[in-house]
Amino acid sequence: MPDVQSTVLEFVNKLRKRKIEGSQATARYTVELLRSVISQQRVPHANQASALIDAVKAVGEQLIAANPVELAVGNVVRRVLHIIREEDLSLTTAAMGGLDLLDASDDDEDDKSRGIGYPAMSAAVVAAAARSTLRPPSLQTLLEGTPESATVPYTSSSGADSESKTADKSSITRKLKHDVIEGVNQLIQEIAGCHEQIAEQAVEHIHQNEVILTLGSSRTVLEFLCAAKEKKRSFRVFVAEGAPRYQGHLLAKELVARGLQTTVITDSAVFAMISRVNMVIIGAHAVMANGGVIGPVGVNMAALAAKKHAVPFVVLAGSHKLCPLYPHNPEVLLNELRSPSELLDFGEFSDCLDFGAGSGSPLLQVVNPTFDYVPPNLVSLFITDTGGHNPSYMYRLIADYYSADDLVMNGDK
Amino acid sequence: MESRRNPRAVVDPKVRQVGFFTSQPDSTQQPDPIASASHPVSSISPSGNSLSPVMIPPPRHNSSDTFPLRAAVASAVSPSSFSYSSRRDFPDGSTTASPGRVSRASFARSHVPAASSLPGVGMDSMAAAKSSSVPASGLTTVSVVNMPPGLSAEGGKAPLVTSGTVASTNVKAAKPAKPTSQKNDVAVAAGPSEKKGGPSEKDRKKDAPHPRMQYDDESRVVKAKRRAVVKQTEAKNRVELFRHLPQYEHGTQLPDLETKFFQLDPMHPAVYKVGLQYLSGDISGGNARCIAMLQAFQEVVKDYSTPPEKTLNRDMTAKISSYVSFLIECRPLSVSMGNAIRFVKNRIAKLPITLAEFEAKAALQSDIERFINEKIIMADTVIVKHAVTKIRDGDVLLTYGSPTAVEMVLLRAHELRKKFRVLVVDSRPKLEGQLLLRRLIKRGINCTYTHINAISYIMHEVTKVFLGASSVLSNGTVYSRVGTACVAMVASAFRVPVLVCCEAYKFHERVQLDSICSNELGDPNAISKVHGREDINYLDGLTNNTNLQFLNLMYDATPSDYISMIITDYGMVPPTSVPVIVREYQKEHLLV
Repeated sequence: MPDVQSTVLEFVNKLRKRKIEGSQATARYTVELLRSVISQQRVPHANQASALIDAVKAVGEQLIAANPVELAVGNVVRRVLHIIREEDLSLTTAAMGGLDLLDASDDDEDDKSRGIGYPAMSAAVVAAAARSTLRPPSLQTLLEGTPESATVPYTSSSGADSESKTADKSSITRKLKHDVIEGVNQLIQEIAGCHEQIAEQAVEHIHQNEVILTLGSSRTVLEFLCAAKEKKRSFRVFVAEGAPRYQGHLLAKELVARGLQTTVITDSAVFAMISRVNMVIIGAHAVMANGGVIGPVGVNMAALAAKKHAVPFVVLAGSHKLCPLYPHNPEVLLNELRSPSELLDFGEFSDCLDFGAGSGSPLLQVVNPTFDYVPPNLVSLFITDTGGHNPSYMYRLIADYYSADDLVMNGDK
Repeated sequence: MESRRNPRAVVDPKVRQVGFFTSQPDSTQQPDPIASASHPVSSISPSGNSLSPVMIPPPRHNSSDTFPLRAAVASAVSPSSFSYSSRRDFPDGSTTASPGRVSRASFARSHVPAASSLPGVGMDSMAAAKSSSVPASGLTTVSVVNMPPGLSAEGGKAPLVTSGTVASTNVKAAKPAKPTSQKNDVAVAAGPSEKKGGPSEKDRKKDAPHPRMQYDDESRVVKAKRRAVVKQTEAKNRVELFRHLPQYEHGTQLPDLETKFFQLDPMHPAVYKVGLQYLSGDISGGNARCIAMLQAFQEVVKDYSTPPEKTLNRDMTAKISSYVSFLIECRPLSVSMGNAIRFVKNRIAKLPITLAEFEAKAALQSDIERFINEKIIMADTVIVKHAVTKIRDGDVLLTYGSPTAVEMVLLRAHELRKKFRVLVVDSRPKLEGQLLLRRLIKRGINCTYTHINAISYIMHEVTKVFLGASSVLSNGTVYSRVGTACVAMVASAFRVPVLVCCEAYKFHERVQLDSICSNELGDPNAISKVHGREDINYLDGLTNNTNLQFLNLMYDATPSDYISMIITDYGMVPPTSVPVIVREYQKEHLLV
């Protein structure tokens, strides 16, 4: 426990000082940390899922508070919580329902009525009820109502179960943690492998003799473009340099190393060149539930220009970037301002930056935001590891990855 | 005080007058009322312009026409008029002096001794009446003016009373006449109409701007190289899309030219110096470059002496052309410079042959001085005067780069004690915004500085955007520093009005749809190297990699739908009025 705590503190520090860059790296670190938290957590016999959940939540809130702008942290924490809930559910269903899993949805009303008279089954009933809400009711059950016969074997089996439950408890304990850690490992795999999944779809979108415009330096975009090049499609890439961080230079260097025809342009030339561009591809920092995109500063300008010239604006995002929150004033609340020294030399304007005439507020202010928000109507397509989606579809993916109970975490201030 | 909207005097009930009108419509009748009518006009100082600034004042009249007829008229009164508008004013015999004729007539008459006072008078009147209206006939719109070519006989036959009538009957006549009118018809038609139709056709032919040199045309490039003074080495890594523009290795010409400084046979030292300043980037910005070039030309004129057996006109024109090609090799001309050169060449061509050399030189120098004063310096004062009315207390103004006109507007508004904030947006590689920032801060204006990527972030608090322009083209496109289009686009997406401050001499008759057709390519190394940020130089040393190219555009074209208003010395106009101004006024100042 204590050494997990110290790892947590160390990670929190790194996040607060912005030592870790990039949502993929952050997500991976967070998952691995949570995995160790889970494996080290001692769980009581009853309600072990909630114990795990509380432990993860506690750590998660600390991490989110350290860097609220790095949405990948929150996403991953919520994913893990969802995994815990799901595994718990499937375990309890498997344990108590026995073999009868077909009429799962029937259990709902029956269980509730039965639950009053059979308190011993209350845990199972709750679990089954929860499970049925997760699984959508089938048309047949909706139309036909609940057949009586289905409940009879149910009760008998559940009656048998309540005796064996305590015997199973210990095995269930170990199984839950085990399953959860397996689920978390899967999540790690998914995060690490998102590049390949997305890059596989490159061939469908990039064709011969195309001109692609990109901004920022995203590894997803790099892999995407290289995958298309592997398939012998020859195309050119215009990279906007992305002052003042000059991430475009990095990307250009790597593209050139992989043999792609690259032209570096200044950010001010984006509108000038967009009339000759076939597609704009960017990597997102985060994707919000409404389909809006948080990206490197300057993407909104590129998205507006692309809209004006009817150029498709494609956003690449791994599933760990999908955030279940809806953005409110994202330009300000989900943004970070960086140091003015990236724009102005310290020495030149230092007299104006500190004080000004009269009112005492500085005569000169420097604004240097890190991120930009693109509203969903400007995005043509999202390419994730599960395929291509419309911005209006992104909210639906949230139900697959996250539970409704986890949306609000106290770290989100 | 004249009312802003004056009742249109319908001279002939059948006739409809089109276009903006000024105060005295009845002055279209006789020459004399013009004299009397123009008195009150000239007494109105430019600052007390009674006409709404959004109305384009009608063109002034050719002084050479009015002079011989009414020499007694007070000097301040006779503003220079222009050929085709004089058509309407002189219903009597001088109507025979049809458009083209007038210009030729004025040419012939200008060697009257009064001619030397022409420029002077023209200058005074232009100065006095620059932004105020001139009576006489109203200004007809372009559509009407376009009708004349191919006129049938009926259209121009009788001396007509008003411009309106001429114009409208031209309209009426032109419509049936158009399918049948050929050049022959025009030639066949009697007297005035013949002359009206013919020269105006020729004038119209000159209207299409000369296509510029395209650098992917091999033969022309080779020819140009042969005549070149500056040895340019072509850049190795050229961007395909811009093959039609010159791309040279930077940094090689300056030392080469510096060594040649004392072997100056073909070149005047003042011009050489200006060329070097362009090459090194010491002088940049449309106005600065134009003024520097014109001052160099003044020096040239001062030192000039006609070689034996050559005429001053032709020889000086040839010299100027050679200097211009030198300047082009140093740095491609801006539109403002192009217009100024056209003016100078035109003045040289108009010099009467019988003039003594020293007189001709004095006339030329004063012409150039006048151009600088009126077209640039005074134009800027007028622009500032108009623009400060648009700034209110509490405004947050955004500007991009370092436009001279906008800077003057901001400083003046600050002098007038208006309370506003300025947002200066800057971009690589020139980082011109920092210069503007420094100058504004020195005067105590509250500023915020940011880079162009962040405009979406700050645009929500901006109330107005002021931009400068290198030129405004005839389809309303604003051609200015690269990045202006981005700023205008984001501003219009946030519903913020965009105002462009541009002197009228920078307007041009060519059209452009996007930024690729015509542009200037700067030094690619300026992109690969980031000054002052040594940790960021990832791309250093990769300049010669075949896979990697750098594109350093200097200009871009902002579509007219992003621009709310253009503030010029002719008033505040929408972008659609630019071709009107080009047509009505650009020819005039060449003929003055």
